[in-house]
Amino acid sequence: MTDATGLVVAAAALGAGTFAFRFAGPVLRSRVELSPRLEHVMAVSAVVLLTALVATATLVDDHGFAGAARPAGVAVAGALAWRRAPFVVVVLAAAVTTAALRLVGVP
Amino acid sequence: MRSVWRTLAPGTARDIGLVCLADTIVGASFGAITVAAGLPLWLPTLLSVVVFAGASQFMFVAIVASGGNPFAAVAAGLLANARHLPFGFAVGDAIGTGWLHRLVGSHLMTDEAVAFTLAQREPDRRRAAYWACALALFGCWNVGVVVGAIGGASIGDTGAFGMDAAFPAVLLALVLPALRQAGMRTPALVGATVAVVAAPFLQAGLPVLLALLGVLVTRAWRVDPHHRESTPEPIREGATP
Repeated sequence: MTDATGLVVAAAALGAGTFAFRFAGPVLRSRVELSPRLEHVMAVSAVVLLTALVATATLVDDHGFAGAARPAGVAVAGALAWRRAPFVVVVLAAAVTTAALRLVGVP
Repeated sequence: MRSVWRTLAPGTARDIGLVCLADTIVGASFGAITVAAGLPLWLPTLLSVVVFAGASQFMFVAIVASGGNPFAAVAAGLLANARHLPFGFAVGDAIGTGWLHRLVGSHLMTDEAVAFTLAQREPDRRRAAYWACALALFGCWNVGVVVGAIGGASIGDTGAFGMDAAFPAVLLALVLPALRQAGMRTPALVGATVAVVAAPFLQAGLPVLLALLGVLVTRAWRVDPHHRESTPEPIREGATP
């Protein structure tokens, strides 16, 4: 396994690179005047990315299907959110549904 | 930062608190898993402070613990974190101006903070939501990681509590009101489909980036942003009905 120095260097490299990704948007944004159209595209892009994260985090685990319990929990959450249930209810329903399904043996 | 808490939309503080609770538990599992894999006690905390991006931290540890090349671990983590670049453009206004705000605010950027920010329309509330979520999560996540690293074995499988379903549910609840709109729904659904179909074949992180094809395919830039119908709705009015 990698020694301590190697781990520190690798962690620092990942931290620096990640910071660069995070920092670029706010800085570049202030340098160039974004047209309302471009602002709109940025907002759409962020929603698209978050939706894709929801989909992959729900359905995919280690390049395979995540099993039925997690998608079922997120589906219940989605239905509740669609009906404008409070945020707390939505999130707890996801966790409780998934946990309950696993308790009875659903993967 | 006091004004941040005063400006928050009603209910948002409580919602952020719930997300903090869930992330503390996930952070604890990250600390426990890392130490259980035989990696040093300080590594989970170092990663959580300098990287502060959950998914990439789990990937980094999984690769290094299995004897993988640390360069591969860095590359995998960077790929997973590349989405922060477009996120930064979308929430840059909420982070604020001035170098201190930009440096600190950028480092604390997470999926959750971006989602809470997009849920607000007014500039003051966007800024408040961003900073409240970013600061609170940084605190909770790191406390959770330390507790998990030290508490180790006593933390069981968080899957048994359904914690893996909580993260997508949080993002879904925050993003859903935007998806009620036709202009948002089509690119989002196309993007999500592309990401899921690509996920079995590609390195983690890439499928989510490929979702941006949804923006291209639906030619979202051709929608007139001034047109009432196409303006992105705040994702959630005051976070709770």
